Amino acid sequence: MKNKDPDLLLFHAPLLRQGMTTPKAMRDVLYALLPATGASVWFFGLSAVLVLGACIAGAVLAEWFFDNGQPRGASLGDASGVLTGLLLGLTLPPGLPMWMALLGGFVGISLGKVIWGGLGHNLFNPALLGRAFLLATFPIAMTTWVPHGGGGELTGVYASNLALPFMQTGVDGVTAATPLGMLKFDQEVTPLTHLMFGKISGSLGETSGVLLLLGGIYLWLRRDLDWRIPVSILLTVMLFSSVLSLIDAARFPSPLFSVFSGGLLLGAIYMATDPVTSPVTPRGAWIFGIGVGVLVMLIRVFGGLPEGVMYAILLMNAATPLIDRYTQPRVFGRGADSS
Amino acid sequence: MKKNESYEEFIKGIWRDNPVFVQVLGMCPMLAVTNSAINAIAMGMATFFVLVGSSFLVSSFRSWIPKQVRISCFIIIIATFVTVADYTLLALVPKVHKELGAFIPLIVANCMILGRQEAFSSRYPVRLAVMDAIGMAGGFLLALFSLGAIREILGDGALFGFDLFGENFEPWVIMILPPGGFLTLGVILLFFNWFRFKKDEFLAEVAAAERGGN
Repeated sequence: MKNKDPDLLLFHAPLLRQGMTTPKAMRDVLYALLPATGASVWFFGLSAVLVLGACIAGAVLAEWFFDNGQPRGASLGDASGVLTGLLLGLTLPPGLPMWMALLGGFVGISLGKVIWGGLGHNLFNPALLGRAFLLATFPIAMTTWVPHGGGGELTGVYASNLALPFMQTGVDGVTAATPLGMLKFDQEVTPLTHLMFGKISGSLGETSGVLLLLGGIYLWLRRDLDWRIPVSILLTVMLFSSVLSLIDAARFPSPLFSVFSGGLLLGAIYMATDPVTSPVTPRGAWIFGIGVGVLVMLIRVFGGLPEGVMYAILLMNAATPLIDRYTQPRVFGRGADSS
Repeated sequence: MKKNESYEEFIKGIWRDNPVFVQVLGMCPMLAVTNSAINAIAMGMATFFVLVGSSFLVSSFRSWIPKQVRISCFIIIIATFVTVADYTLLALVPKVHKELGAFIPLIVANCMILGRQEAFSSRYPVRLAVMDAIGMAGGFLLALFSLGAIREILGDGALFGFDLFGENFEPWVIMILPPGGFLTLGVILLFFNWFRFKKDEFLAEVAAAERGGN
């Protein structure tokens, strides 16, 4: 006899549970990045493992070092440190010395996240902040690109990866230009299939557009990202470059080239969609995405740098609180003027 | 007792009330000219001279300075010493003078110096005022030097122009640039706050233990 069986069940809210937690969301993004990470190892061999590993180690080290929780290391559990390290690593050139990658990861977490009060309080994307720091600190090493590998040479290591801490590499390696660099400085267009499948030189994660898109679709299916942000960024970039190539097809890149070259896909799918540093309202997400797209194209076409995804996202990160404030939905039952 | 009093005024500027790390004053020269140790030292020495000199004069004349126009009087005294420092640097080390540029005349506007006159020198006898000025200026010099040294070591791989790491050193370009000043200062401030926090915690523990013992 179930005398404990009540006639009326009383619960307090929340009655619906989504089952989604921060560690789960972070792990989902890590899974989504697996194909692109695999591709980076395929194209750049052991070097990719070294650079990515150093970034993750730096990020986790900072997370552990500045952790105020009891016991120390409590904040490591949500995997966000690993994710930041991996994202940062994917934006770095394959030949970067490991100590710089370690430093970048450390700075990204400490200046990009811990100092603001930890996960959920940061204004800027930690991975991009780490990259911005590295670019400002080591401008030469950060813009030295190794030629694309044919793929499959898994044990290859670039000499520059192994430079001692605080030292540069004595050896002058073979260098190459990225597709965007070639377009900007040599007016040379890279074939689209190379951009899609990775037969280009560039940073670790930006070589294969198709695999990045695949991860993005996985995240969208899992409802881990706000689809409005990548869609609006990519549409804006396509529209912008369509107009430009209608004006002068020889000087300006085609829409598809613009989308698949550089770090645009990586940035649009994995970095701009960071739920902490992007607007929460749907209208805000559109504004944010359009802003990033316009800034990317402005920097690429009219700026001095070949690539502008990082600065575009960081600038729009700074504008996010403002966007959120002005796109608050009207509270039901209130007049339009009382906000 | 008297000796202790002046020692107190001296040491508070160096450490407990350090003008840069605790009061966060004088940020303009702090961030602008500390890209090498030698520039930082030159700036610190000039500020030292100006602060000690004007504290001495302000304290000596404190009963003659009318309260209504005291700020202008302080500024005139400070500006006199700044002019002396400016021409002295130009005569002795023209290269450093050129690098410091507009920041030497701008010592006049250093809020730390005016602040000491207003808060201390105009109210206390000469001996204490000078000790306070030496302490504050010493603390400022120390802060400038530590920032300049860190930035030069990381940004150039050198200290006072001497190579420390050999020619393969990879310079941290950002450290020489303005953001490097902000970053380094931020890290040092972080350390100071952490230290004070730990000290307060320790003192509270000691006090609790004493209460429990009694």
